[in-house]
Amino acid sequence: MSKLKVLMFGWEFPPYKSGGLGTACYGLTKALAKQHCEVTFVMPVTPEGATAKFVKLIGAANIAKNVKIKTINSPLKAYMTSTSYEEQYHVWGNKNKKQVYGKDLYQEVQRYAQIAKHLAKTEPHDVIHAHDWMTYQAGINAKKISKKPLVVHLHATEFDRTADHPDGRISHIEWQGLKEADKIITNSNFCKQNIIKHYKIPAEKIEVVHWGIDDTPVTNYVPNKKDKTILFLGRVTVQKGPDYFVEVAKKVLQYEPKTKFVIVGDGDMLPKIINKTAELEITDKVIFTGALSGDDVHKAFQTADLYVMPSVSEPFGLVALESLKNGTPVLISKQSGVSEVLNNALKADFWDINEMTNKIVSVLKHDALREELKEKGTKEVQKCNLDEPARKIMEVYKKLK
Amino acid sequence: MTNICLYFQVHQPFRLAKYTLFDIGKHARYFDEQKNKEIMQKIARKCYLPTNHIIKELIHKHPDFKAAYSISGTALEQFEKYAPNVLKSFKELANTGKIEFLTETSHHSLSALQDKKEFTEQVRQHQKLIKEHFGQKPKIFRNTELIYNNEIAKQAQELGFKAILAEGWEGALGWRSPNYVYQAKDSKIKLFLKNYKLSDDIAFRFSNKQWNQWPLTADKYAGWIAPIMGDTVNLFMDYETFGEHQWQDTGIFNFLKHLPQELKKHNISFHNPSELLKITPKEELDIPNAISWADLERDTSAWLGNKMQQAAHTQVYNLKKDVLATGDKELIEKWRKLTTSDHFYYMCTKYFSDGDVHKYFNPYETPYECFITYMNVLQDIADKVKTEPGLFASIKKYIKI
Repeated sequence: MSKLKVLMFGWEFPPYKSGGLGTACYGLTKALAKQHCEVTFVMPVTPEGATAKFVKLIGAANIAKNVKIKTINSPLKAYMTSTSYEEQYHVWGNKNKKQVYGKDLYQEVQRYAQIAKHLAKTEPHDVIHAHDWMTYQAGINAKKISKKPLVVHLHATEFDRTADHPDGRISHIEWQGLKEADKIITNSNFCKQNIIKHYKIPAEKIEVVHWGIDDTPVTNYVPNKKDKTILFLGRVTVQKGPDYFVEVAKKVLQYEPKTKFVIVGDGDMLPKIINKTAELEITDKVIFTGALSGDDVHKAFQTADLYVMPSVSEPFGLVALESLKNGTPVLISKQSGVSEVLNNALKADFWDINEMTNKIVSVLKHDALREELKEKGTKEVQKCNLDEPARKIMEVYKKLK
Repeated sequence: MTNICLYFQVHQPFRLAKYTLFDIGKHARYFDEQKNKEIMQKIARKCYLPTNHIIKELIHKHPDFKAAYSISGTALEQFEKYAPNVLKSFKELANTGKIEFLTETSHHSLSALQDKKEFTEQVRQHQKLIKEHFGQKPKIFRNTELIYNNEIAKQAQELGFKAILAEGWEGALGWRSPNYVYQAKDSKIKLFLKNYKLSDDIAFRFSNKQWNQWPLTADKYAGWIAPIMGDTVNLFMDYETFGEHQWQDTGIFNFLKHLPQELKKHNISFHNPSELLKITPKEELDIPNAISWADLERDTSAWLGNKMQQAAHTQVYNLKKDVLATGDKELIEKWRKLTTSDHFYYMCTKYFSDGDVHKYFNPYETPYECFITYMNVLQDIADKVKTEPGLFASIKKYIKI
């Protein structure tokens, strides 16, 4: 049996990644390779300097054999380095900064889409797979040329990213992609419902594939700390609910005054959140680290007694799995995709400050609760790898082929 | 050929209301009256009333028909409060002279494993209840969830019981058959063992269409019992099997209705537990570690297997001394209701990720929610008894002067 060939359009790939999507595409292609699937991964990076490094990394992860890397000559990299791609979205949505990125990003998306036509002729494929709105036009163009089925993958809607204040141009592109697709893959039922609600797409066209986490083990650190700590880790933006986190901190401190709260991350709401801690008179209890990367992220998780994800709208929430992988129990908002997957986690509505306080105080007071959540959660997260999602996506391909 | 001994367990716990950190010190409405009432009335309608009716008919129709019951004190209290007609129909059954009542702990607790004095107290309370309601003084003891070991047998003997029930599990029996009477180690008390295969054919497998013996009919079942060698076949099960665990449309009621006449065709009759007392025990059984009728493990891990369960169970008994010292009858009764084994069953995490029966019977979303609520209730009680004895002491001092 010949291998199924996929022409995949992405926006980033390690080490040229800055946020969730790069990691997701890396994990997915690696897992798809195990399923005897041949992926040609297309991404808009300049070839000079990037390619060699990039291919080398793929080789190191032992998937180069089954994944061919195609790069498109484009200056887009200049705009997308260092800050996370999701953060770029936020900047994008932020009216003051729009002119800086606006025009050029659209030009890049269009140029990328044009080159896709050419690739659809030269690269043999059975299925086209496009990740998030920047690549949808490319996917649509490729389909027009090769007449092969198009899968669009939605990792987050524009509505999730902006807490229901979408940029009309982006949501339009998103809608076009969803409409033209033969099948839509999304990461949670929560996200599926959002697609149905905002874009009126029929439910049967959408396949939910719960996301998993790469199973490479993390290094263990011995945390050096005196007081118990509660962690927030993520972009400090309206989507992630940092304002709820500090409100909860204030309440928890009334019961457990020795607790420390750590906020890891950067974002447009950071000044507001810092001011709020001052207003609530808890500045001596809240530590801001800014954005962390690499091993520092693992250290942050492992130092914490509980990770809290009070997201207002979280299409999946991979970071909760990351926390459990580091052995730190989680309290996650019910408005998240990951809450559909995890059993051994505490859950609350993001707006329910009292319930979050109730649960956090209980974790602080009862070691038995924390240890049980840690033990069972760590075990559960081992099952949340990427093999199952890859298997489900293969099924989607096979049905379309 | 042998006779059969039917024994049914009737139990309902007082489930807790949602009790958060913010309720501590504010009020003591720990139990969810509404939910407990609804569940009791639903089960009364689906199980207790129709099954009692069938049993009554069988007693009239078949002079040799007999059955034994153990009804927990918490179930009796709920009958009085929420379903007095159920209590009335049990009394009518008692009046036929064909029904034997067994003793258990009044609050269906795990006190036998934790606190001898409290165990004795709860056994005495239950004996009193059975005397009051049904005019019987039981000779046979049945511990919560058939939890049994040498030590518990000894305690039961000290309390004056002639026999005790246990799970006839091969893990404890070895090659021995459960269909004989045994004797507890270093003790005079007799041991009646549940034939769990035949019991579970009715209690668990009856409606399972994947089972190769489905559908189970009364004549087929009688045919299985007929060739059995031994003194007795002990069929022990939850009474809720009839109409609640196995719904009416599975044919469970018809099965029960027809069982005695089918057994009669094979000359099989019924005897009650106290009639087994005259049988000479085969040999002494040494069961040092606690066994039970729960889960595949048949141990106490369903209630005390994880850290939360152990912490919660230890803590509730830690409070005993101070609670009893208050002399506050209402508070003491509330505390006893917290010793009911179901609370700890709801905290079980062993199969939680796989979503099994524990989840099905659990009123909480997760075992962690149960622990948090339970510990908040204990906190409220702890705060009360810690302040109140001080108050009592000062009054005493005042009186002395």
